[in-house]
Amino acid sequence: MSASNPTLEVASGSGPAKDMRVAEALGRRRRRVAKAVKYACYGATGLGLLLLFSILATLFWNGFSALSLGVFTRVTAPPGSEGGLLNAIVGSLIQTVIGTVIGTPIGLLVGTYLAEYSKSSPLANAVRFVSDILLSAPSILIGLFVYQILVVPFGGFSGWAGSVALAIIVIPIVVRTTEDMLRLLPDTLREAVIGLGAPKWKMVTMVCWRAAASGIVTGVLLAVARVAGETAPLLFTSLGNLNWSLSLSGPMSSLPLTIYAYAGSPYPDWIALAWAGALIITLGVLGLNIVARSLLRRK
Amino acid sequence: MPSFRSLIVQQAATLPLETGAAPDPRPGLRRGGGSGATGDAIFAIACRAAGVLVLVLLGAIILELFWGGLQAFRAFGAGFVTGTDWDPVQEVFGAGVSVYGTVVTAVLALLMAVPLAFGVAFYLTELAPPWLRGPVGTAVELLAAVPSIIFGMWGFFLIVPFMSQYVQPFAIDTLGELPLIGALFAGPPFGTGILTAALILAIMVLPFIAATMRDVFNTVPPVYKESAYGLGCTQWEVVRNVVLPYTRISVVGGIMLGLGRALGETMAVTFVIGNANRISTSLFGPGNTIASLIALEFGESQMGSLKLSALLGLGFILFVISFIVLAASRFLLRPRLKG
Repeated sequence: MSASNPTLEVASGSGPAKDMRVAEALGRRRRRVAKAVKYACYGATGLGLLLLFSILATLFWNGFSALSLGVFTRVTAPPGSEGGLLNAIVGSLIQTVIGTVIGTPIGLLVGTYLAEYSKSSPLANAVRFVSDILLSAPSILIGLFVYQILVVPFGGFSGWAGSVALAIIVIPIVVRTTEDMLRLLPDTLREAVIGLGAPKWKMVTMVCWRAAASGIVTGVLLAVARVAGETAPLLFTSLGNLNWSLSLSGPMSSLPLTIYAYAGSPYPDWIALAWAGALIITLGVLGLNIVARSLLRRK
Repeated sequence: MPSFRSLIVQQAATLPLETGAAPDPRPGLRRGGGSGATGDAIFAIACRAAGVLVLVLLGAIILELFWGGLQAFRAFGAGFVTGTDWDPVQEVFGAGVSVYGTVVTAVLALLMAVPLAFGVAFYLTELAPPWLRGPVGTAVELLAAVPSIIFGMWGFFLIVPFMSQYVQPFAIDTLGELPLIGALFAGPPFGTGILTAALILAIMVLPFIAATMRDVFNTVPPVYKESAYGLGCTQWEVVRNVVLPYTRISVVGGIMLGLGRALGETMAVTFVIGNANRISTSLFGPGNTIASLIALEFGESQMGSLKLSALLGLGFILFVISFIVLAASRFLLRPRLKG
């Protein structure tokens, strides 16, 4: 297309032939620009994928060699002695589960309120707005808030405080997915249930929630994945604990906090354990994300 | 046709009879037991209460942070926001340095992330073959799911050495020699600092902005794009002249969302910012953001001390900044993404 036509060149300078050449030159330039942008976009996408790959590769490279059975069976120990991450893993599991158990019902009810009870009243709009703000609010501030309301009055850092901080992060995630999923349901479904004479709460709990179950579960799984990797809200709430402790009323260990403490230390064996912990947590979080996504897609 | 008609006639014939027999459309519900009505009331109240709880939560967060910072606000007045001293020994605290660090790292991060995010979104909506869009899109979203402490470790052990060995010495020798902007690239190549923090932040907000932009680009009616293609537009021209003007406001909203995330990011920044409470002209110089300062110094402050109050006051300032940014983002994004 861009090759110039020899018969046209004879008439250089005159009207139509010149227009043609100008048009062709313009076309070439437009295509060149389009091509340049296209390759730049390929580059940008490639770079994004490369970054993800680089993070995963670094984690496997450093974490896999440090990973052993002892990591899962031994408690954290002073540098030099054989230590593992058992208390950190267990602490993380406990706090994540409690945080999810507290946050999910609240989030579910809020999402139901927004989708089923009040779609666009001023209160519902305010709740939706605030929930969206909480969704992206800096998580360290939620840690500060829980420090103020649970750590200061009750006189100490505790696993409970950490769990509540995580629950506050769970709520808006569950709200968002629950509302979105309930909104996808056709109104004919609701009309059919009401038409059978069922009260509204039965319609919501026994029909709408069930119909939207896979979507709601996806939201909960995403919330668990987000919360499991959170460090900042735990810094001033559950504090971290280098000893074995299952007491929720005392300082509690967790995987991200242990990684934070170990990665910044000068001891090679602690740093190796930090990598192992980082690998565990990343695989867990990404695995949960993939499961949640496939659950949603299967529907 | 006849059968359908007869059906209607039949219905019309039976309808008055039924309603005549039962004037209350849900007789069992109204008269018998009343469990439906009570259950309804309880459930509705529970849902509304949960909604109100979310409002109370946000209000309580703002109030508690303000309350906690009151001692520092009282002690330093307006100077707390503008003051650039942070001296725990002399008990003089100002937010200036960390506010500066927060804003500069976040803005630098956006400068790096936005073009890349646009490229990814353009690729995912126009350039990529359909079978590749799902997997690549998922990979980008997975990048957003990686916990921030992992970004911190990765940055600390990989990016910091890379910056100090290759990028910074090179930049100091070349860009640092230039007359006007030279000061931005001066100083010893530690690897940590404002620029490295911004780089990590850029990588962290990239997937958020890219995913939002992709969703927004997908809301453009295909007819518009097809018309432009029909006129002979290239892919770039379609995006520039049709997609971007159509989605402009929402794209800005997506960028604001990324900004909101970047402002409050803690762990990744804490690892690489260098932790220094002064404003340095060089991008390679160490600094602090509000979040990293809180994370680093909270453990060293006594309950009830002025320092703790100053940190809570910093938290309040950060909350106000991110609230404004996130509210703006939501205001801009809502018309497009939420029907």
